[in-house]
Amino acid sequence: MKILSVDRLGVSFGQTTIFQDVSFELNEGDWLMMVGPNGSGKSTLVRAISGAVRYSGTISYLDGDIRRLRPGELARNIGILAQNHYVGYAFTVREVVRLGRYAYKRDHGDPEGEERIRQALEATGMNALADKSVLHLSGGELQRVFLAQLFAQDPRVLILDEPTNHLDLIYQKQVFELVSRWREEPGRAVISVVHDLSLARAYGTKALLLYERRALAQGDMDHVFNPAYLNAAYGMDVTEWMRTMLGQWT
Amino acid sequence: MEGKRKREGYGLWTWVGLAGLMLVAMAVAVCVGSVSISVADCLQAFKAALTGAQAADPGTASILLSVRLPRVLCVALSGASLSVCGAAMQGLLKNPLADGSTLGISSGASLGAALAIVFGLQLPQLPFSGSVVLAALFAFGSLIVILSLSYMLDSSFSTNTIILLGIVFSMFMSSVLSLVVTFAPDKLKQITFWTMGSLAGSSYQDALVLFAVLAVCGAILIRLAEELNAFAIGEENAMNVGVDVRRVRLVVLVTVSLLIGACVSIGGTIGFVGLVTPHIIRLLTGPNHKRLLPASMFGGATFLTLADLVARTIAAPLELPIGVVTSFVGAILFVYIYYKVGRTAR
Repeated sequence: MKILSVDRLGVSFGQTTIFQDVSFELNEGDWLMMVGPNGSGKSTLVRAISGAVRYSGTISYLDGDIRRLRPGELARNIGILAQNHYVGYAFTVREVVRLGRYAYKRDHGDPEGEERIRQALEATGMNALADKSVLHLSGGELQRVFLAQLFAQDPRVLILDEPTNHLDLIYQKQVFELVSRWREEPGRAVISVVHDLSLARAYGTKALLLYERRALAQGDMDHVFNPAYLNAAYGMDVTEWMRTMLGQWT
Repeated sequence: MEGKRKREGYGLWTWVGLAGLMLVAMAVAVCVGSVSISVADCLQAFKAALTGAQAADPGTASILLSVRLPRVLCVALSGASLSVCGAAMQGLLKNPLADGSTLGISSGASLGAALAIVFGLQLPQLPFSGSVVLAALFAFGSLIVILSLSYMLDSSFSTNTIILLGIVFSMFMSSVLSLVVTFAPDKLKQITFWTMGSLAGSSYQDALVLFAVLAVCGAILIRLAEELNAFAIGEENAMNVGVDVRRVRLVVLVTVSLLIGACVSIGGTIGFVGLVTPHIIRLLTGPNHKRLLPASMFGGATFLTLADLVARTIAAPLELPIGVVTSFVGAILFVYIYYKVGRTAR
């Protein structure tokens, strides 16, 4: 079942084109990995889907233009984890996670809200810190707070911009396993921007390689991760480098 | 323990306590002044007024009922209004420095008032009406200018753009105000008084206007507490959890400018209340707007009532502009808070 389809998407800021002519489809059960070098427009693509930047082209969710969805409807269906988090005031972890239920509470009351919040805190290992101020947390802990918020929000599509950016290996593994299990339920799909090509390769079901403001390759993992494309995009022999690096762990 | 934490607002007794504190401050402010009146005499005079009986001492009764009480009411209402505006804007713009003054709304309003004074604009039969109307119009106009400029410069309407334009606009308004003063030195005193703020000579009618505006605008802001929490955590995050950011931002900014416009038109620009009170209150309540907004109203009312009391008694029979007192106390408190908060929470 097709969940999200993006048709000839482009974003420009003034005269500068960030990317253009990107099209892809996301089906039920897919985990689409956005890869590409720094500045290729991966994060901007995510922000276009979230509505934070203006774009040309169309993004459709279940055959309807995403722009027609009301903010609350959008939040119940598509959840976004931003790359950077900075909170200015001393909100508690629980208060930030509780905001994930905003779209439910506002539109039709939310009897299961507290239970969802509890589960989300549990799943991300934030239970012990639930009543701490977010200002006292490390970068990795803060990342898990917003991940918990996203799980509490319980959307159909997860869009994750560098979900394990600051995380220790154990949480990297946990987050990817968590998302992987989450995705198995019917009607769900994931898009993530991932810098670590090994992680991308291990968990993705398909990929899109952005390079020079365009999609250089897209489709099956094996097709996109073909050395010809990767080497061109990253300007180095990626396969060789990966082998050398990982070969140390015999 | 769990149940206690789930409740986001305050219980009844906290509100009773906050309101009680405010009422005590107001009662003290009514009794103390150039003519000190004992609490017993005060009560007696009020009782007489309420029952329609002849007051024991008509002089005392007239000071209390036609001078002090309306003034104290206006002061408390202004304090509550300015504080709730400051709290709402600091949340909306995720910026602890946001306030009517940093957004340019207050400076716009005082330019409006100054122009009315210099050119002697007045509606017939209504003294001061020119400055009142122009101040409110300029407050609203300033907001429209800042919002449309930021929309032109940055269609995503980002917070930084708004704050930056607000400060630039404020400086521009201040320079125009200085220019006006330069060409009308004879009105200097009157304009200065306006820009420093004073609630001397307020009437029951002023209090009623302020009360009505505060009741409507305050209720709108408190209803948006959840959305303001989302903004205070982050604008893009607010959008991602489903807040209609454009609509909420517009509603909050318009509401705040109406409330500030009403305050400035009655009491002039009173600085620092909207900036400092929410900071003090936030230390007590935390940043959750469900508690912060209502608590800021009571806190602001209490703070400004005491500031006004100091303004009219410390150098009696001279009266200081209230803005001098709030800025003086506010600036010291501000540094203290930043020192305290900086070591623990920031």
